[in-house]
Amino acid sequence: MVVFFTVVSVVLAVLAIAQLIRVFEVTSRLKGGVSPLPSDSENKYQGSMMFLFMFAYFGFFAWLLAKYGDKVLPTSGSVHGDTLDTILAFNFWIIGIVFVITHIFLFYFAYKYTFNKDRKALYYTHSNKLEILWTSVPAVFLAVIVIYGLSAWIDITSDAPEGSMVVELYPKQFDWTARYSGSDTELGASNYNMIATNNPLGVITKTSIEQMSADLEAEIAELEEDLQTIPQGGLKYEETKERIAKRGRQLDRVRSFEGLDIASLESGNDDILKKNEFYLPKNKSVNFVFRSRDVIHSAYMPHFRAQMNCVPGMTTQFHFVPQYTTEEMREITGNDEFEYTLLCNKICGAAHYNMKMTIKVVEQEEFDAWLSEQETFAQSIAPEDEGGEGMASESGSNGLEISMIEQ
Amino acid sequence: MSTATAHSDHHHKETFVSKYLFSHDHKMISKQFLITGMIMAVIGMIMSSLFRLQLGWPGESFWILNALLGDKWAPDGILDPNMYLALVTIHGTIMVFFLLTGGLSGTFANLLIPLQIGARDMASGFMNMLSYWFFLASSVIMVVSLFVETGPASGGWTVYPPLSALPEAMPGSGLGMTLWLVSMSLFIVSSLLGGLNYVVTVINLRTKGMTMTRLPLSIWALFITAVLGVLSFPVLFAAALLLIFDRSFGTSFYLSDIHIAGELMEQSGGSPILYEHLFWFLGHPEVYIVLLPALGITSEVIATNARKPIFGYRAMIGSILAIAFLSFIVWGHHMFITGMNPFLGAVFTFTTLLIAIPSAVKAFNYITTLWKGNIRFTPAMLFSIGMVSTFISGGVTGIILADSALDINLHDTYFVVAHFHIVMGLSAVLAMFAGVYHWFPKMYGRLMNRKMGYAHFWLTFITAYGVFFPQHFLGLAGVPRRYYENSQFPMFDELVGLNEMVSVFAIVGAMAQFIFIFNFFYSMFRGPKASQNPWGSNTLEWTTPVEHIHGNWPGPLPTVHRWAYDYSKPGKEQDFVPQTVPLEEGELDGGAGH
Repeated sequence: MVVFFTVVSVVLAVLAIAQLIRVFEVTSRLKGGVSPLPSDSENKYQGSMMFLFMFAYFGFFAWLLAKYGDKVLPTSGSVHGDTLDTILAFNFWIIGIVFVITHIFLFYFAYKYTFNKDRKALYYTHSNKLEILWTSVPAVFLAVIVIYGLSAWIDITSDAPEGSMVVELYPKQFDWTARYSGSDTELGASNYNMIATNNPLGVITKTSIEQMSADLEAEIAELEEDLQTIPQGGLKYEETKERIAKRGRQLDRVRSFEGLDIASLESGNDDILKKNEFYLPKNKSVNFVFRSRDVIHSAYMPHFRAQMNCVPGMTTQFHFVPQYTTEEMREITGNDEFEYTLLCNKICGAAHYNMKMTIKVVEQEEFDAWLSEQETFAQSIAPEDEGGEGMASESGSNGLEISMIEQ
Repeated sequence: MSTATAHSDHHHKETFVSKYLFSHDHKMISKQFLITGMIMAVIGMIMSSLFRLQLGWPGESFWILNALLGDKWAPDGILDPNMYLALVTIHGTIMVFFLLTGGLSGTFANLLIPLQIGARDMASGFMNMLSYWFFLASSVIMVVSLFVETGPASGGWTVYPPLSALPEAMPGSGLGMTLWLVSMSLFIVSSLLGGLNYVVTVINLRTKGMTMTRLPLSIWALFITAVLGVLSFPVLFAAALLLIFDRSFGTSFYLSDIHIAGELMEQSGGSPILYEHLFWFLGHPEVYIVLLPALGITSEVIATNARKPIFGYRAMIGSILAIAFLSFIVWGHHMFITGMNPFLGAVFTFTTLLIAIPSAVKAFNYITTLWKGNIRFTPAMLFSIGMVSTFISGGVTGIILADSALDINLHDTYFVVAHFHIVMGLSAVLAMFAGVYHWFPKMYGRLMNRKMGYAHFWLTFITAYGVFFPQHFLGLAGVPRRYYENSQFPMFDELVGLNEMVSVFAIVGAMAQFIFIFNFFYSMFRGPKASQNPWGSNTLEWTTPVEHIHGNWPGPLPTVHRWAYDYSKPGKEQDFVPQTVPLEEGELDGGAGH
């Protein structure tokens, strides 16, 4: 009903305006026709409006700066972020000056040179001197911007320094898992064929291969049993057969991992997997490596001025040095609830807007103590853990975890 | 030239179908593109108002959402997150492709190319008709995709796989995505048919005396736009084709190592990054496919209404060519943080910042054209000046985003949303309005209402900045784009007021467009009759009769003797000299560059 009345009132409003305009036009025709060109008073009025608009525009900018200028990202939590903030400020000054000057000219000229039938415009077709001027001046400034920006870019994207700590960030729809290398400095090998409820990252160890093979064998056996009861030739029969073949191929790939060298198979045992929250030590270079389980995600850590896409089928990297602990940042920002946050910044599905992790930056000793308390991968998949303790219960199912949104 | 002689050209009788539906006449096809584009734009605009309701007041109930989207997509008047993504996706697709590519180039290339170069019609009228019909078919399919059960494509207008390739990833990647790909494929066909025609027409059908250096800048812009489209759209076609293969035939061009919805996928060896490269190889020239016609229209409107030659005609052509060339080697700046080789990133930073130079030249030339002009503020002129403002305001932030190091933190945030909406969206939309107000007398033989034009301009201009300028601040605070709501992150709590303000401006701005739509259709039938050359322009389209005829000129084609910008030339009685007026003894042609 509301819709109906809205439609009716809109139609009536349109008709009313139409009538008004007709009356207006009939009367102006009586007064001697409608000129296509604006009258002197219209020109004057619009020219003044242009000039007024300039002040309103600058005023709006200034108001936004005053009201929201301090609500942008606080001091960078990473060392390279300070450099980026300086470059950003430098660029903002340059473009800000260009923005203001060009707008003053644009709107002032519009106001100043409003139409006057007694005056003729200046016939000024070109000036090579001017063109050279405003080709070369921007070129010089841009050269500075390029050199300044690229020097930072090369620094940031160079290989991580020796002795960096490795942390893997592994997203799926719609959560993150962080993985530490544990007591050794190497992350264990991993592969998507190994993904299981108790092994969300597909880490490859001797035990996980055994478990995965056993699971697949059991599933194949079950499917083959089912196959006996399904009438031949039907769609279901074909599907089940195809499923058996697919599981068989997966089993072959899983078994092929047994051929990896011993060191690789060992290295995953002490890995540590964390959900919802992970820790980083202050003043230590961290090299993040990223994979993805399903679609493209992007690991965005705005307080560290860090971002890298997580792409299925490939590994990407980003490294930085945290320079303030969470506690220190709380003091700097004056916000007792400040948390470093990891967001997903590449559209990935319905709960994209709720894919986050909290990052705690702490002193090295506190970090070491925290890390030593965590359950290792080997412990989490140990058979005695059958009740579903550890990772299995934390990771949840693989499906859409939209229920999380309601928290 | 009198309209009385027009009858000689009416050699065959027109039926309603051949005149309005299957027309080969470029002027009619131009109107068809314009009105189809306007309908699509209204759909895209309403979508943006709907998702702005959610962004401004997340979780609040709005009866309009429920009334338009139903219980499935807006239960209790609260937008469903999947529908939110669908609206964002289709809004982007419609605005970039259907309004600002098909609608903008389709309208003005069709209208202006034959009229301004002095041709009877396009090189191939039939191909031109096909171009429109493919455009219409693709528009219809895109609109139909809104009504499928699983919803339309929802993976963002760039539809990156694997998200767009796997129906398991989101409901919109099912039938809705298939329809999106079919629609875009038809759209590309339309764009290529049109583009080839424009290129051939400009090269071959210029009238006597219309040398390339006497072409109006609008034609230069539309010509180069068509070249860009012809070179880059086939690459998007390839990208779409491979995506169709991945989706339907089990290939793995873009897919590898995926485990989704509890199931292992067997595709192996593909790379989503390949899709990104193919997409942005079109995607970046596409920005200039949108922008160049807008700049061309602005050049015409500013010179005509400032009663002054466009400043630096040859520099303007040079900068169009430079922008067009560079636009093909900058696409990687959309991919700085995909894990691309950092050296490659550095190269793309360099080429991208180079493009700022010809862009700056254009902006400075526009401003110099206004200097010591004699400016008449028709609505078209207001929109053109507004366009120069948005081109600068949005352009300067491009310098920040092109800097790969700074892009790390700003990539995919609202800073990007603000940047491209201002520099590309607003500039092109404002110029398109300028074009409609300016050439309406040529299209329909009547004048649009000026008072409504003024109201429309100021409401649009003010609300547009009100919507997009504050988004820079959201971006600098780290708010990611395409978020259904921000309340999951306490760090964004202080920005709630900003989002509300943006939504209010967006909705008021959207409503203001109905002034334009009303003015457009009202004036089409009831507007005061226009004279042959209402603005006192130099270009050839204003030498044709007000009533449209086949072949455009009743007698022989006009001969061109001078460039298009002899406004306020010293020693002339009037403040304009049409291109058909011969040079006097000893008079120099202004465009000759001496």
